[in-house]
Amino acid sequence: MIPAIKIEQVQKHYGALQALKGIDLTIEQGEFFALLGPNGAGKSTLINLLAGLIKPTSGKLAVMGFDVQADYRQARHALGVVPQELVFDPFFNVREMLRFQAGYFGRGPENDEWVDEIIECLGLADKAHTNMRKLSGGMKRRALIAQALAHRPPVIVLDEPTAGVDVELRQMLWEFIKRLNRDGHTVILTTHYLEEAETLCSRVAMMKQGQIIALDTTANLLKKIPGKNLRLKLSAALPESLRPLLRHEEAFEYMLALTEVTQVEAVLAQIRQAAIAVEDMQLIEADLEDVFVDLVSKP
Amino acid sequence: MSIISARMRGPWTLFKKELLRFWRVSFQTVAAPVMTALLYLLVFSHVLEGRVQVHGLNYTSFLIPGLIMMSVLQNAFANSSSSLIQSKVMGNLVFVLLTPLSYLEFFLAFLLASVVRGVAVGLGIYLVAIVFIDLPMAHPLLVLMFAVAGSAFLGAFGIIAGIWADKFDQMAAFQNFIIMPLSFLSGVFYSIHSLPPFWQTVSHLNPFFYMIDGFRYGFFGVSDISPLISLSIVLGSFFAISWLALTMLKSGYKLRG
Repeated sequence: MIPAIKIEQVQKHYGALQALKGIDLTIEQGEFFALLGPNGAGKSTLINLLAGLIKPTSGKLAVMGFDVQADYRQARHALGVVPQELVFDPFFNVREMLRFQAGYFGRGPENDEWVDEIIECLGLADKAHTNMRKLSGGMKRRALIAQALAHRPPVIVLDEPTAGVDVELRQMLWEFIKRLNRDGHTVILTTHYLEEAETLCSRVAMMKQGQIIALDTTANLLKKIPGKNLRLKLSAALPESLRPLLRHEEAFEYMLALTEVTQVEAVLAQIRQAAIAVEDMQLIEADLEDVFVDLVSKP
Repeated sequence: MSIISARMRGPWTLFKKELLRFWRVSFQTVAAPVMTALLYLLVFSHVLEGRVQVHGLNYTSFLIPGLIMMSVLQNAFANSSSSLIQSKVMGNLVFVLLTPLSYLEFFLAFLLASVVRGVAVGLGIYLVAIVFIDLPMAHPLLVLMFAVAGSAFLGAFGIIAGIWADKFDQMAAFQNFIIMPLSFLSGVFYSIHSLPPFWQTVSHLNPFFYMIDGFRYGFFGVSDISPLISLSIVLGSFFAISWLALTMLKSGYKLRG
């Protein structure tokens, strides 16, 4: 099967700045894929290259087998992009914007039923005739997602779609996106909410300084990190002997990385020996954030 | 069944959106320029009527075609340039850049919308003016050709300005330091034969002069320059400026990094 996305040796330079340093990435059709990384890692640059908004310095990118430069019409037909910024056209209402967006892709009145369906599914029905500039931030975000879907693309890219969105709307958006994925759409997302990537995505690429530093299934990435985190709130500073286990600290609150649950007893024994009281304690499963912090903090 | 094919629906949609964009604010984009032109007409005709004759015409009659064409040109420019700069500053141009529209389709949609606005404003001024003044039209086809070719030239010019400008200040500079002087010094208010030889020569370098002179010929059958020469120069200028705009769009200059 043709991959949904194929990126080969892509580099992007802005003068002396190397935004992307030779990216290779293949995303299969039907995947729910996360692209993670700190600000400036190159995630948005990669998305903009896929969307044809910028041109690569070298390398090739294809969407559903279509080169984003040479076969740009087919590649763009296959791609729906939700931009990170809350951009909108202040002259039109929601339904007009969606119909225009579908029209740019050659879809006419036969597509209106689909436009009405996404308006309904995204909870925009009572705002369909409201001017875009009068929508709240959350509603604008929904309209942006609807715009990306208006031409029924098989591949959907969401660049930080839940940034600044309240919990209720975030849940609703993810239910909708999950449904699209179940219906066969390939979904690629960048997010700062790592628990979202962990819950939703089957595969993850982590980026740092224009390179992919980890690419694996979410399950495999989670295996790379010690099994448990022990969060402790102590009456005094952590004994020096426990510092090698320290993941991070804040005041007298410490997060220790444990490989096995049996280590808990030894840790507590050392704390008792140092005459320090445990004020609060929690044993937490290691998550994608731990993997992310581990990889990104490595020099 | 739709009369627009799927292939043509993309550029047609962009054209339709651009039309609706200015029509939604038609008080600002159509009614206001008509009003401004009529105020010019009122003031200049009141001051100069009976004192000045040009090409054997009374001054008010001479002035109207020039005012119509000046408004056509300024509004055609304003349409494409303001739409592009607004979309760039607001960030919503991305919705068009993400689509499979080619650079040529993008160009044609913006250009045609500019022509429609320019001609709509010109028609508005004409219809109001003929209520008060008898204005014959000797060559209606030439009037239409000059109006369309002139507004197409300025529409393409507006696309260049809209792509180039990054902020409203730069666009205002384009409008006030290039478009406004070229349109005011093009023979709207006078015949260039009344100018000293040096300024006559300078006027011949201004493409707006040929647009207005040819347009005026369409009404009265008299002009400073042969209308065929004017039409050739206007079309030549249009193709040259369109080539530049298309080259910018094709390269992605300031639009696709």
